[in-house]
Amino acid sequence: MEFYLEMLIAGLIRGAIYSLIALGYTMVYGIIELINFAHGEIYMIGAFTGLVVAGLLGASGLPTLGILVIALVAGMVFCAGYGVTMEKVAYKPLRKASRLSPLISAIGMSIFLQNYVLLAQTSDFVPFPRLIPEFKFLEPISHLLGSSDLVILVVSSLVMVGLTLFIRLTRLGKAMRATAQNQKMAMLLGIDVNQVISLTFMIGSALAAIGGVLIASHSGQINFYIGFLAGLKAFTAAVLGGIGSIPGAMLGGLVLGVAENLPIILSAFFADIGLNIDIPNDYKDAVAFCLLILILIFRPSGLLGRPAIKKV
Amino acid sequence: MRELSRGLLASLWMVVLTAPLLVVRVNTTDKVVTWRWGNMLWMAIGSLLLFLAWRWAMARRGGDVQAADQDSWFDKLLARIGQGPLRLPVILGLVLVALVLPLFVSMYEMDIYARALIYVGLGLGLNIVVGMAGLLNLGYAAFFAVGSYTYALLNHHYALDFWLALPLGGLFAALFGVILALPVLRLRGDYLAIVTLGFGEIVRLVLQNWDSFSFGPSGIANIARPTLFGREFGVQDSAIFIYYIALALVAVVIFVTKRFQDSRVGRALLALREDEIACEAMGIDKTGVKVMAFALGASFAGVFGVVFAAKQAFINPDSFTFIESAMILSIVVLGGMGSIVGVAIAAIILQLMPEYFRFMADYRMLIFGAALVLMMLFRPEGLVRAKREHYTVKDLSPQTEDK
Amino acid sequence: MSKALWKSLCLAVVICLAAAGLASAQETIKIGVAGAHTGDLANYGLPTIKAAELVAKSVNDAGGLLGKKVEIVAQDDQCNPAQATSAANKLISDHVVVVIGHICSGATKAALPIYKSANIPVMSPSATATTLTQSGDYPNFFRTISYDAIQGKVSAEFAMDKLGLKKLAVIHDKGEYGKGYAEFAKATIEKSGKAKVVLFEGITPGEPDYETILLKVKQVGADGIIFGGYHPEASKLVMGMVKRKMKLPFISDDGVNGEDILKIAGADAEGIYASGPEDYSNNPIYKAAVEAHKKAYGSEPGMFFGQAYAAAQAYTNAIAKAGSTDYAAVTKALRDNLVETSVGKIKFDDKGDAIGVGFSIYQVQKGKWTMVK
Repeated sequence: MEFYLEMLIAGLIRGAIYSLIALGYTMVYGIIELINFAHGEIYMIGAFTGLVVAGLLGASGLPTLGILVIALVAGMVFCAGYGVTMEKVAYKPLRKASRLSPLISAIGMSIFLQNYVLLAQTSDFVPFPRLIPEFKFLEPISHLLGSSDLVILVVSSLVMVGLTLFIRLTRLGKAMRATAQNQKMAMLLGIDVNQVISLTFMIGSALAAIGGVLIASHSGQINFYIGFLAGLKAFTAAVLGGIGSIPGAMLGGLVLGVAENLPIILSAFFADIGLNIDIPNDYKDAVAFCLLILILIFRPSGLLGRPAIKKV
Repeated sequence: MRELSRGLLASLWMVVLTAPLLVVRVNTTDKVVTWRWGNMLWMAIGSLLLFLAWRWAMARRGGDVQAADQDSWFDKLLARIGQGPLRLPVILGLVLVALVLPLFVSMYEMDIYARALIYVGLGLGLNIVVGMAGLLNLGYAAFFAVGSYTYALLNHHYALDFWLALPLGGLFAALFGVILALPVLRLRGDYLAIVTLGFGEIVRLVLQNWDSFSFGPSGIANIARPTLFGREFGVQDSAIFIYYIALALVAVVIFVTKRFQDSRVGRALLALREDEIACEAMGIDKTGVKVMAFALGASFAGVFGVVFAAKQAFINPDSFTFIESAMILSIVVLGGMGSIVGVAIAAIILQLMPEYFRFMADYRMLIFGAALVLMMLFRPEGLVRAKREHYTVKDLSPQTEDK
Repeated sequence: MSKALWKSLCLAVVICLAAAGLASAQETIKIGVAGAHTGDLANYGLPTIKAAELVAKSVNDAGGLLGKKVEIVAQDDQCNPAQATSAANKLISDHVVVVIGHICSGATKAALPIYKSANIPVMSPSATATTLTQSGDYPNFFRTISYDAIQGKVSAEFAMDKLGLKKLAVIHDKGEYGKGYAEFAKATIEKSGKAKVVLFEGITPGEPDYETILLKVKQVGADGIIFGGYHPEASKLVMGMVKRKMKLPFISDDGVNGEDILKIAGADAEGIYASGPEDYSNNPIYKAAVEAHKKAYGSEPGMFFGQAYAAAQAYTNAIAKAGSTDYAAVTKALRDNLVETSVGKIKFDDKGDAIGVGFSIYQVQKGKWTMVK
């Protein structure tokens, strides 16, 4: 029984990692309906910025927690900058074009940013210092829940709640929702749509940076390509939860994190009830995608997405 | 002067933005920090020049990227060729050039041209699904893989001939297209996109992991090259032969696409893209038409997959990753969705560009990414805007037919 | 883009090409370097260029080869088979006489027939697929790294005989290298009958951690892990093991044996085993090469640097011994002459594998790889 519990917790932690990246993804999508393929790259740049900060402050004698906070802030600031610049250069001129043009522009941006970091930094995997300190109170259960796991779980829940409240309650959030519903109408009502979209990119990219620094600290190493797989999984999670929906991104991430381990869980379950069926872990990603397809066939707008209303 | 100060501002912004990654390199284990201030200077100069070039290009276009786009020299040229009496000579000329090309170029160029032609075929196949039907497919490489593995496996186990595998590859891929299409066509927009992406990944993962079937990551080597009435070619000659095969197949595919576009199903497809509900009201079999589009698009990929396997003589799952699907999609969008000429031009550009950037070594993919963005900015509707066939009523007698 | 801009761009390209043409007008001996220089596997391919350039520099400083300068021509294949054939054709049209590369076994397999028809020897620092040499299909292929079958066997025998493990979990990264190694380890264990393979599974490279597969290892009650793959995944696995307080022997391949895992996993890597080429970290040539790399590029060399350096040395030596760049003479010289390289004293057997590149087992002791066998 303990095995299943451990599997569940491990799955939820992985899910929280996906959610953390998916939140920014889904937010940008919610406002301008663009699958921002370069989001994973922003996440990677956040991790590298964090690394640079950690490297610069490593000898300063600051406590690790202090370095972590500075790394997070620096990562968020610079990633917000990258996000805004990217939007200005690659997406804004295409706002009136067909929906697929910005998608291709995003793919180009993603290739560009990957190679930019490859050339500016290195092609190798570089060690990322463990910026999240070991918490004393977690010692007894540290094999179940490490301190980085806890931090990631807490931060992604906080981000989800914060983001939801921000969009529900603040003036800017209202402007965002209006822009998401109808850009032209929002503009007529005096909302500066360009500013709202820039802001969306800023927030989304800053969130990616939080993910980048925390997850890099969790896995202990980064290279220029980590954004690709992370972006793909986050995109999957966002769609699974209903793209554009913020609680959906969280839920989608968690479901994906647990579902990915179905091969292991099922194999163990079959062994327990005496059946000799082994589903190799090799098919982990395939199982996750199969599940995604199944869920979307029965709920075509994702778990928490609102079904699109057909206007005639 | 105002431009210059704005340029300086932009360049300052870029310098600050890129400073951490471009200037500092840290080694956290040995606690060494390397400062590379030279890079900052390059960034400053580079971004200033780029900004000024950009503004200058904008000014020539009248401020808006897309506004001045309507009648560029390129469009005029295309329009003139497309409608005027030049049309036939130009097409014949191109065909002639393509036919005699192998006489003048090296083996290397033969290889990349053959690959470019394969991508023309792939682009045209995906064009049916994305361009004409408006269904975003991010897993198109899966059908390509099905075709390649059909030939590779049948050849490996049963020494099947290339010419027999060609239709079989198309057939199997079409079958996969139908299998995928039936359950997912209910989905719309980005949900369809992610499901096709998932499908593409599943196919690749199965090929990678199911060793006893597909030989896993080590792939299949020594695939027979195509023969001509039983005659075998050496490596050099077969590269040229495959080029001709690909060329002929591209011609066939263009012909089929053209016919399909003008057919009843093709027109229904275009109409469906615009307004599904109206089409249903008109009694169009929505699912049937879409499945047909998926199957036809997939069969192109299958056929060119067989050619690809024959050209490479070795395949493994690395050739069918998500990046491959994204590349083919870029071809379709950049070409101008729905336009046959555009897709062909885009396929050739996108395949040959990285090759001709080879002299820039490590920078080639950086420039490729930037070029992709730039091309989208300057021609957001694609290189060639798809033209819709205009049907005019010739006389008003009761038995009027369209066209 | 406007016409004027196009014109200036074209002009720039023409000038570049012309400059390149002038440079190559001088007689040089061109050594091709092919592999992943961009894309996700660039970290495996880029160190090879640097190794080749360093060897070329030292040869040129010493007066060149056969009275000519050595020139390095690098071509990127992104480890993609389709690009590998283009890169191979490009190198041939650039008139290289020998090629170092490719990096991935798949890309190498795709490119070899092309080199074969052009009579160009190919030497990989990293392609370990057994069939590349043992199938006998590619007489023009050599490598300075040993191959999967031998490594898998050595690791499995070590696990069973020296460590006395009975229930082994074999994990791989689904790549050709890692899976090949894992399969040979599995076959060796099953054949010997001394131990059982209780788990044989693949993991996806690039995931943030590998906690769940470790849970499964625990669940099936394995008493040791054999992992086939590279250091990024291995370090996440050993870090996970420490976190979960799993004290199992961890045995891996030479994709793991190196400084990287020590830097990334730190103290967590203590006690792990990995097979690796006979110790060359103390080899004076290797040490000098690393110093030269630090001086020239300001950083530590990356993956397969030692093997690539050895390949370049083997080539320049063979060309010097053969007295020409002729295919038959060079390949004969590679097979006949022992040469002192960064991985030790080597020559090549008939199939193309290096003689003198053996495997031993290393263990991380006090933060350093130490030979145990």
